[in-house]
Amino acid sequence: MIRFVADRLLGMLVVLFLVCLFTFVIFFVLSPDPAVQICGKNCTPEAIDQIRANLGLDQPFWTQFGTFLTGLFAGRTYGTGPNAIDCAAPCLGYSFQSSQAVTDMIAQRLPVSATVAVGAAVLWLLAGVAGGLLSAVREGRFADRFIAGLTLTGMSIPNYVLALSLQFLLVVTLGWLPFPQAVAFTDDPVRWFQNFLMPWIVLAVGMAAVYTRLTRANVIETLQENYVRTARAKGLSPGLVWRRHALRPALTPIVTIFGMDFAGLLGGALITETVFGINGIGKMAADSITKNDQPVIMGVTLLAAFLVVVGNMVVDLLYTAIDPRVRVGSSA
Amino acid sequence: MSFTPTELEVEGAAGGGTVPGAPVPPPAGRPATEWRRVTRAFLGDRVAVACSVYIVLIILMAVAAPLLVKISGYGPLEFDQDAVDPNLGGIPLGPAGGMGADHWFGVEPGNGRDIFARIVYGARVSMLIAISATLLTTFLGVVFGLVAGYFGGRVDMVVSRVMEFLMAFPALIFMIAVLSALPAENRQFLLVLVISFFGWPYLARIVRGQTMSLKEREFVEAAKASGATSSQIIFKEILPNLASTIIVMTTLAVPGYVGTEAGLSFLGVGVVPPTPSWGQMIASSVPWYAVDPAYFLIPGAFLFLLVLSFTVLGDRIRRLLGEGAA
Amino acid sequence: MTDALLHVRGLTVGFPAAHGPNEVVKSLDFDLERGGALGIVGESGSGKSMTSLAIMGLLPKGAKRTGSVTFDGTELTALPERAMRSYRGDRIAMIFQDPLSSLNPYYTVGTQIMEAYRSHRTGVTRRQARNVAIAAMERVHISDAAKRVDHYPHQFSGGMRQRVMIAMTLSMEPELIIADEPTTALDVTVQAQILDLLAEIRADTGAGLILITHDLAVVSEVTDHIVVMRDGDLVEQGPAERIFTDPQEPYTRMLLDAVPRIDDEIGLLRTMHTEEGR
Repeated sequence: MIRFVADRLLGMLVVLFLVCLFTFVIFFVLSPDPAVQICGKNCTPEAIDQIRANLGLDQPFWTQFGTFLTGLFAGRTYGTGPNAIDCAAPCLGYSFQSSQAVTDMIAQRLPVSATVAVGAAVLWLLAGVAGGLLSAVREGRFADRFIAGLTLTGMSIPNYVLALSLQFLLVVTLGWLPFPQAVAFTDDPVRWFQNFLMPWIVLAVGMAAVYTRLTRANVIETLQENYVRTARAKGLSPGLVWRRHALRPALTPIVTIFGMDFAGLLGGALITETVFGINGIGKMAADSITKNDQPVIMGVTLLAAFLVVVGNMVVDLLYTAIDPRVRVGSSA
Repeated sequence: MSFTPTELEVEGAAGGGTVPGAPVPPPAGRPATEWRRVTRAFLGDRVAVACSVYIVLIILMAVAAPLLVKISGYGPLEFDQDAVDPNLGGIPLGPAGGMGADHWFGVEPGNGRDIFARIVYGARVSMLIAISATLLTTFLGVVFGLVAGYFGGRVDMVVSRVMEFLMAFPALIFMIAVLSALPAENRQFLLVLVISFFGWPYLARIVRGQTMSLKEREFVEAAKASGATSSQIIFKEILPNLASTIIVMTTLAVPGYVGTEAGLSFLGVGVVPPTPSWGQMIASSVPWYAVDPAYFLIPGAFLFLLVLSFTVLGDRIRRLLGEGAA
Repeated sequence: MTDALLHVRGLTVGFPAAHGPNEVVKSLDFDLERGGALGIVGESGSGKSMTSLAIMGLLPKGAKRTGSVTFDGTELTALPERAMRSYRGDRIAMIFQDPLSSLNPYYTVGTQIMEAYRSHRTGVTRRQARNVAIAAMERVHISDAAKRVDHYPHQFSGGMRQRVMIAMTLSMEPELIIADEPTTALDVTVQAQILDLLAEIRADTGAGLILITHDLAVVSEVTDHIVVMRDGDLVEQGPAERIFTDPQEPYTRMLLDAVPRIDDEIGLLRTMHTEEGR
């Protein structure tokens, strides 16, 4: 067991390292000289050189990368002297355009992205599992086919089209919801809820479609398993057969997959946040791309990769906990 | 954008065991499916046929774009200032965004470009990029999946790590960042490259899984015993049995790529204006929605219906092939 | 007609199909005496498994069952599902072919043995049920039962798992045990052990046994009475002794000929020809 965890941890670190490296290389190659941008107007070549030296941009690639990596674990300092900037660990970079450490910027916006993710997750889990169960139980009948049609539609509509359609319909045409506006929960809970409602729905629709199909397939397959037949042959009540022998094996994989999807979403739903003007990590990423704020882009990329990799590992661990075949191993 | 990793996996996976729903490779080494029977069943499925018809129409539209535009009278890049009202900020004259005998789908607010022409040429862009990306992804995915699954060992380890790495990547952010940093030349080509770069692992993973289980089958053992080389086994025995999986995954990949290209264009990093793209038109339509909803609804509907048709088609095909193989 | 335990008349099972219903079991008639052992023999597709499912009322969706199945005087086909459930697992128990897939991998063996007991008997504590499970496991000669009752199915070998399945049925002390190909998935050496176990249980409890198999060798050991099936039809039936020494039907003779014997001459493999050319 320990071996397994250590193995996975190692693999995780390797992947993260490679993501770091890859991102760094791409941005190193592609991005225009940040020193020029920071310098701003009225720049002199000497000033640019000075900035470059402060940021360590004149160092060879591997040194820069090394500095970045050590910064992740131990923090780093930009520049020297009285204007030196401290970036505490884990230092994902420093945004000169916003005069903030990227880690802080992310931390500020994480609650918002998390709210979006959690709300959507609750919706899509409930809708997905309920829809999938209903479809499986009524397999081949009208309810099943109707839900199948809904899921195909939900899967096909691009989320920005859905987002815009909802916004146009509910806000502009019907006026049922007000325009999204940043409001704290404590100040105006109703408005807060109204703000998040559409993003929740938009994100949930696509995922619910997938989860419905997944649940349906799992339940149908499980119902055909031999051990369900054995349970019925023992004369167990339908409720017991259903709960113990059908639901548990069918739904467990879904819970684990959910972990991964949720982790991915925590990194910010870029398009949805942008369309609805939600100030989360996703929108920050989109804005920073427009403004070419390279440290932020790097930081967000790393965060997203980290969340996915960790989510993956958590899922693997969950599997060992849930599935006795993996957990206990053969001892026959 | 339309697909998270889980979705493609769900729709096509077979190797994992916990995610059912894909066509399972048939039990023996006989020809993978009875194509004639499948074709007949396909033609009898009204929904599948309807989707195919719509897709073919869009493809024809894309291919015949120059001709259609000649018939309708306006090119996609032509400005027609007479069609918009300069006093009202450029709102199209006439109902529903200027629809009429002159401009069949109306005009764009502000610059008066013919929407029909832009939809038709936008179809070109969408289909070209999506199909190219699909072809490239399928090629890469099948090749890497076969190699990793069949040869195993270190080859498999390397390929699997690469796949894991690419799948862990926040592809969207990366694509946007890379594309926005690159110059505008060859943008469509770059789009195909970037999309395919992140797309092939999903197919490769499934191909790998199925190859791994197929290579344990008796007919592969038999082929080995009779002296077939690895490449002969891969191409003659294993590949045909993967045909139905590949077909399903390909059909389901296309709508994903259509959506991805449209999404990237929506965000402004896709096809470079003034080349039309449905995604970009949708983005431009946002400020005009209150007064000219047609400008949003038309490309939105075309995009949605195209993705929907491919998705439903893929679903039907998967079901047909699944039954055939059983 | 003596008071048979199981009395089957005109049992028919059909599935709806494009050109009229497809009958997989065609009007079977047979009896099982109390404490008797009946073997149902046939090739795959002969309908023998369907027969057992039809008796239990566990046919798949879409199947139509007609005819009469009388168990201890009660007409099972006329029972509502609720009542039938009380028979299943309690008075009539079933053992299936593949013990690995027939056991739920997520729950311990003990839980699965106790389930039936706690379902059918009211006012039973967990402790009592657990003891019953352990006793059942000991009855089928699983060593260290008190410990292994908390193990998972995958922790047992194939033969042991089948013993677990038998223990599941035993815990309820059924009057009739239906074993559908219980040894097919097992090694030859283990097969013999399982058959011996079944015989032992019959002797101990006086339960009736229906053994379904394609393997004549298996049947010759355990059963008193044999029913031969083919394509849903009952081809021949009679006392086991007589079937083996003096088969009347050509099909029965063919099945017997196909069983290899140690004193057979080495010759050409005889192929099976049927009138329909199947």
